[in-house]
Amino acid sequence: MHELGIVKHVIKTLEEVAAENDVRRIGSVTLRIGEVSGVVVEQLVDCWNYFREKNALVRGAELKVELVEALTRCTECETVYKTVPQGKICPNCGSGSTYLLVGNEFSIKEIEAELNGDPPADGQGGRS
Amino acid sequence: MLKVIELKRTVTDSNDRDAALLRGELKERGIFLINLMSAPGSGKTTLLSRTITDLAGEAAIGVMEADIASDVDAARIKALGAESIQVHTDGMCHMDAGMTRAGLEGMEDRPGIVFLENIGNLICPAEFDTGAHKNVMILSVPEGDDKPLKYPLMFTKSDALVITKTDTLPYFDFDIEKAASRAKALNPDIAVFPVSAKTGEGMRAWEDWLISSRGEWNDA
Repeated sequence: MHELGIVKHVIKTLEEVAAENDVRRIGSVTLRIGEVSGVVVEQLVDCWNYFREKNALVRGAELKVELVEALTRCTECETVYKTVPQGKICPNCGSGSTYLLVGNEFSIKEIEAELNGDPPADGQGGRS
Repeated sequence: MLKVIELKRTVTDSNDRDAALLRGELKERGIFLINLMSAPGSGKTTLLSRTITDLAGEAAIGVMEADIASDVDAARIKALGAESIQVHTDGMCHMDAGMTRAGLEGMEDRPGIVFLENIGNLICPAEFDTGAHKNVMILSVPEGDDKPLKYPLMFTKSDALVITKTDTLPYFDFDIEKAASRAKALNPDIAVFPVSAKTGEGMRAWEDWLISSRGEWNDA
């Protein structure tokens, strides 16, 4: 359910980007997803594959996912460690005073797009 | 040939902008919007009913009930004489700014406090800005004092934590101090209000916070 909402937001953002950049059609979308962002990638891809067919701009577009490994930093001993599976407690000094450095991101990194005015792509990319 | 366009936008970008816009529009209209989040069955509607009764004469209160289905909550609020509307999310697990704006259009346009009773769920509602001026979460005693450990984002995003059903404390192993310190470890600024909407215990502190938060917002 949650992933469906996210896909709707991604497509809305892409529609804005398309209008700003004179994009005719999007061939692929690359997302950066943090390991502890709470997003289930498999579900996200399922929702994407369902929703992309309902929107001419992204019809058939491939969803690429770059996973970002989560890292946590300890404010006591300054150790940086992998958040998964360690969690909030520093493995070096046992302190709970730690914070997440990276791993919570969820952003649209880039898209591959066909612009208005480009010659129509032949073969597979040609439908619009 | 496809051209690569770099975006580096967060996924919730368009919602974040919409939410900021809505916050401004509501300020113009004198509507102080509070996004109320919790698990199902935590006592949201009971807390609101008591708050509406206690604050009668001090502030006009409206409630927007967001549920996947039914209108039992809206009917309970309406019975108290407060304005209440029901929004159905049709299966979605959270409210976003666009849905909130659409819901508010169905309400009378008068200055006051409007509560958005978000979908009962401690995960998804925390991720989408609804355009509210304050986020408040409810944790009821029977749910347990370990919830800040399990649902950290919700506690990070909330301005206030209301611990409800304190009249049931004798029957559960719920430690208010522990719950409060766990919440504050995640969010040092969170205000914590243990209340029982049934006996009225602690309600005034929560209501005072509402009134003073609204005053600060009004003057800002």
